[in-house]
Amino acid sequence: MRDAPGRLLIVDDNKVNRLLMTRSVEQLGHTAAVAENGRIAMEMLAQEPFDILLLDIEMPEMDGFEVLEALKADPKLRDLPVIVTSSVEGLDNIVRCIELGAEDYIPKPVNKVLLNARVGASLERKRLNDEQKKLLDRFATVEVAEHLSEGGFAIGGQRLHATILFCDIRDFTAISETMAPEATIDLINTYYTLMFDAVSCQGGIVSLMVGDGLMALFGAPKPIENSARSAVAAAQDMLAMTAALNDERAVVGEPELRIGFGIATGEVVAGYTGTDDRATYTCIGKTVNLAARLEAHTKIVNRDILFDEETLHGLTDQTACTPVPDVRFKGFSEAKRVFAL
Amino acid sequence: MTQSLIDTAVYAELAEAMGAEFAAELVTTFLDDAPNMIATLKQGASDGDADAYRRAAHSLKSNAEVFGATALARQARDMELSGLPEAAPPIAALETVYADTARVLRTLLDA
Repeated sequence: MRDAPGRLLIVDDNKVNRLLMTRSVEQLGHTAAVAENGRIAMEMLAQEPFDILLLDIEMPEMDGFEVLEALKADPKLRDLPVIVTSSVEGLDNIVRCIELGAEDYIPKPVNKVLLNARVGASLERKRLNDEQKKLLDRFATVEVAEHLSEGGFAIGGQRLHATILFCDIRDFTAISETMAPEATIDLINTYYTLMFDAVSCQGGIVSLMVGDGLMALFGAPKPIENSARSAVAAAQDMLAMTAALNDERAVVGEPELRIGFGIATGEVVAGYTGTDDRATYTCIGKTVNLAARLEAHTKIVNRDILFDEETLHGLTDQTACTPVPDVRFKGFSEAKRVFAL
Repeated sequence: MTQSLIDTAVYAELAEAMGAEFAAELVTTFLDDAPNMIATLKQGASDGDADAYRRAAHSLKSNAEVFGATALARQARDMELSGLPEAAPPIAALETVYADTARVLRTLLDA
């Protein structure tokens, strides 16, 4: 891993320095491209990926400090390791580089042994970082991953206005009892694939998967224009996809899948819950409970989608919505108005 | 005289680390480019552009250090640190030490 070559961008306004750095980098087994100043370097970084930036400070047009500032402000380039190579005078200038996010500083003329060690360490860190990013993307949604990399991880919460959607497959236990374990997992994965698709197409995120049940958030961590409308649209998309799946299943004689959706809108507490070692982004609060109760209630009233009054208010087209009798759910002091689609 | 113009130990180390041929190529590049840097420095001085003056002095210093050109590096560094003076920037002194340094560097190329 450590020996794998990297692609480096050398930024220096001086010809001799560019030649010398390129040669040094190539002797270490890496490849290098060069830029004559910061502005050109930023253009190149926007065009192609690099593993490390070797950055001079004193440059016309855009100097090293300005490059460090621009990198810091760009979420895509923020994690690019920068090694400052300069003969800039004054300790305060070196300190300023480190404060602006430079990984390391090597004085010029650059010592090759030092350069090798610093480039090796930076490459290793960059690769570890890239691996972690990939993992984060796999186990968290893009929105949560972005939220994490922008704000950092902190246990704690905030109040948000959001819409919560719960869904599960009706009688899944009974259906799965007649199936081989591989087929059960296969079916759940198909269901999740469709559901993730429907939720993310409407700007929501899946926050919880338990067996055949799933909880999705709309409006957290990032606000969306109309969370209620997005959640209901996701449920409708999902119903349409399930109908298509059922047509396929009917051909091979498999039982029909039915999915129930409960949707509620209101204030939630959102944040990372758990411990410093293991945590998940989720929402809690009355709105979440209500959505879960509504989902359970779909079986009782035999409807596909049930939602609360506040969700109804968010819908521009209410013609297809019909009220079902009010319900006093467990944990709620008052009866709630409930609507079906 | 020659001793203080080029620290031969530094130059030998450069040739050893990078290859003699490459070191010679680097010297040639420097001898090509240095007059431009001195011109930039002069231009900066006459325009009153302190940044350009300091940057050119900085580049000369940085390159001089690569070849072990001790006297040139010292002169350029002094100019970088003191910045563009109100009157009489020591450009003539720099040009003299550069001319002497360039002569020694050329003998290294021929060697």
